[in-house]
Amino acid sequence: MTLAELKRGQQAIITDVSSIHIPLKLLEMGCLPGNSVELVQVAPFADPMYLNINGSHLAIRKETAIHIIIETVHE
Amino acid sequence: MSKQINVALIGNPNTGKTSVFNALTGLNQKVGNYPGITVEKKEGICKLPRGVKAHIIDLPGTYSLNASSLDENVVIELLLNKNGKDYPDLAVVVSDVENLKRNLLLFTQIKDLEIPTILVINMSDRMAYKGITLDIAYLEKELKTKIALISTRKNKGISELKELLTHYKEISAEPCLNASEIDTSYFNNLRKAFPNQLLYKLWLVITQDVNFGKTDRKTYDAVEDFKTKSKADLKRLQQKETIKRYQFINETLKKGQTIDLKSAKDLRIKLDRILTHKVWGYLIFAVILLTIFQAIYDWSSVPMDFIDSSFAALSEWVKVTLPEGAFTNLLAEGIISGLGGIVIFIPQIAFLFLFISILEESGYMSRVVFLMDRIMRRFGLSGKSVVPLISGTACAIPAIMATRNIESWKERLITILVTPFTTCSARLPVYLIIIALVIPEGRVLGLSYQALTLMLLYLIGFGAAVGSAWILHKIMGQKSKSFFVVEMPNYKLPLLKNVALTVLEKTKAFVFGAGKIILAISIVLWFLASYGPGDNFNNAENIVTEKYASQNLSEDELNQKIESQKLEHSYIGIAGHAIEPAIRPLGYDWKIGIAIVSSFAAREVFVGTLATIYSVGSDEEETIKNRMAGEVNPILGGPLFNFASGISLLLFYAFAMQCMSTLAIVKKETNSWKWPLYQLVIMSGFAYLVALVAYQVLI
Repeated sequence: MTLAELKRGQQAIITDVSSIHIPLKLLEMGCLPGNSVELVQVAPFADPMYLNINGSHLAIRKETAIHIIIETVHE
Repeated sequence: MSKQINVALIGNPNTGKTSVFNALTGLNQKVGNYPGITVEKKEGICKLPRGVKAHIIDLPGTYSLNASSLDENVVIELLLNKNGKDYPDLAVVVSDVENLKRNLLLFTQIKDLEIPTILVINMSDRMAYKGITLDIAYLEKELKTKIALISTRKNKGISELKELLTHYKEISAEPCLNASEIDTSYFNNLRKAFPNQLLYKLWLVITQDVNFGKTDRKTYDAVEDFKTKSKADLKRLQQKETIKRYQFINETLKKGQTIDLKSAKDLRIKLDRILTHKVWGYLIFAVILLTIFQAIYDWSSVPMDFIDSSFAALSEWVKVTLPEGAFTNLLAEGIISGLGGIVIFIPQIAFLFLFISILEESGYMSRVVFLMDRIMRRFGLSGKSVVPLISGTACAIPAIMATRNIESWKERLITILVTPFTTCSARLPVYLIIIALVIPEGRVLGLSYQALTLMLLYLIGFGAAVGSAWILHKIMGQKSKSFFVVEMPNYKLPLLKNVALTVLEKTKAFVFGAGKIILAISIVLWFLASYGPGDNFNNAENIVTEKYASQNLSEDELNQKIESQKLEHSYIGIAGHAIEPAIRPLGYDWKIGIAIVSSFAAREVFVGTLATIYSVGSDEEETIKNRMAGEVNPILGGPLFNFASGISLLLFYAFAMQCMSTLAIVKKETNSWKWPLYQLVIMSGFAYLVALVAYQVLI
């Protein structure tokens, strides 16, 4: 599934990022395969998304999130 | 002999880099622009032990050396240009103890440039709170650097940092990892081709899309031929590089940092649950905006009235004290009133930036962007455009200055261009008097027509701003695809020192930047209103005295008539007459023409000018209103200020760019006369058209 489908409070691991569609800046902020991601809060219409990626708190738009592939973690 | 070294302060946004800068330099700092661009350049002097002086440059905050904005470009250009006058002898990378992992990415990049680098770990006061412990000796060894563990909030570790700066010669310039391992053969070829160049520097030049300045252009041109890899390949390599750097950082921190999650507390989650909530979030933001609005609109009126009356008194005093003559008039009516016209804006600017810097410092501004992004994005604006647009309702000048924190140039430019449409407080006197004249007093549903008209004018202003933003957004297109990545920093109590310095700096920037232009234009306008050609102006006293000789007027009344005669025949008066043919289709006469020309200085001058022309002498609104109501249209007969011409005038003032101070600040903020001229021509042209249509339809 993609990051855009993540629900609030759910934990996931990034498995792949489409480096052509993702700004380098986002990669540099820790959005890399293997890192954990959690949805902290969503704005109305689920856009933008407020995430905790590998300890970095940041907001990205849904149009970016669809290019990040994740796997949810079951606890 | 004292020696001066160049120190560059580098760091991610929200690491307290500016606090470190303020702690090191205090008031010994100045803010300017990098040549040719609007990126702020902050520099200051720090006196170190043993007679060493450090010239410190606070570089714009950046997450990495791969630039994605003009601000970040400045950082790279400065660090790559070895011959530049600001090239650092020493780099100080400021990091936040809570985000060490991410902050170290930039650190490893700076180290690859082989510049001696100190690592500052800021906010150390939060370590216990977050359960973090650091093995400084281990980190220093692995990162090949010296570490200063400081807290600008608690004022700790600053003298240790200064001590490190003094021993800048002992700081290692060695890289801490070998990033070229990501593609050994490619980098070996690169090294063979350019044996004299730093490998990482070549790599940065190859991968950057941004335009570099003139800095050793030759190398770059040679590199152009060496782009043996496709863009996509390069990007994949950059991703590999980033992963490689993070591997090193993770390894290092695994041993050098321990985080005890059990003792970690998080206020962020609780606050964010409310502040970014779908309902409460917006409500709280609305309350904050109302408070800001109230402050600039209402609270600042007290100091503004004081400034106004002080300058008026000073001007009067000069006129009485100095011998009569052209120089005294220039000083009293030109220069002093001109200066007053600049100083009057200070309370509003100070209030707005007080609030904005508190919002920025506390971390709340990022939440605003998060909340407003989706709404504002449709109009080509940023979530951060909300604050300028709302504060434009008080005054466009501080509002336009407040666009500085919008990262995307396109979004910032659009915000600057459309903000003057919002109904600023200077429009209010004009609106009030015309509404009182032409809108009947009745009520509908308990609301007076006059109040509804005023509200409608505010809505029209806001609509024009948002609408034109949308049009500009469509015209400019998606030239630079703007990626939206906003860091949501931790909440912090704002530091008083940082807030105070921001307010001081913004006020200074206005007074010495735009102030010069405002003063120059007001002197010109004063001259045009105080001098005129020919007998009608120069002999005004005699002409008026003769004309009214039989009417037995009091001295005051006579003086008012003289003033009126002078204004009519001054250069501005002549201009008013000259534009009459152009404004007659709008329902105005030459007197309104004069008021329009002279209120180019500031909209509220409109009322005062009409008072002089009608020689009512006092600024009393009721008196002017009665006098205006009695004006007769010279061609059609009937009252000059009727419903049609009144609406036409209201709409003209709603849209026209009648404010030289705004133009001056736009010139300063965009660094070019192009944008303010566009604004002037387009806004005033549009205003003319709308006013024309309105009058012709309604008459």
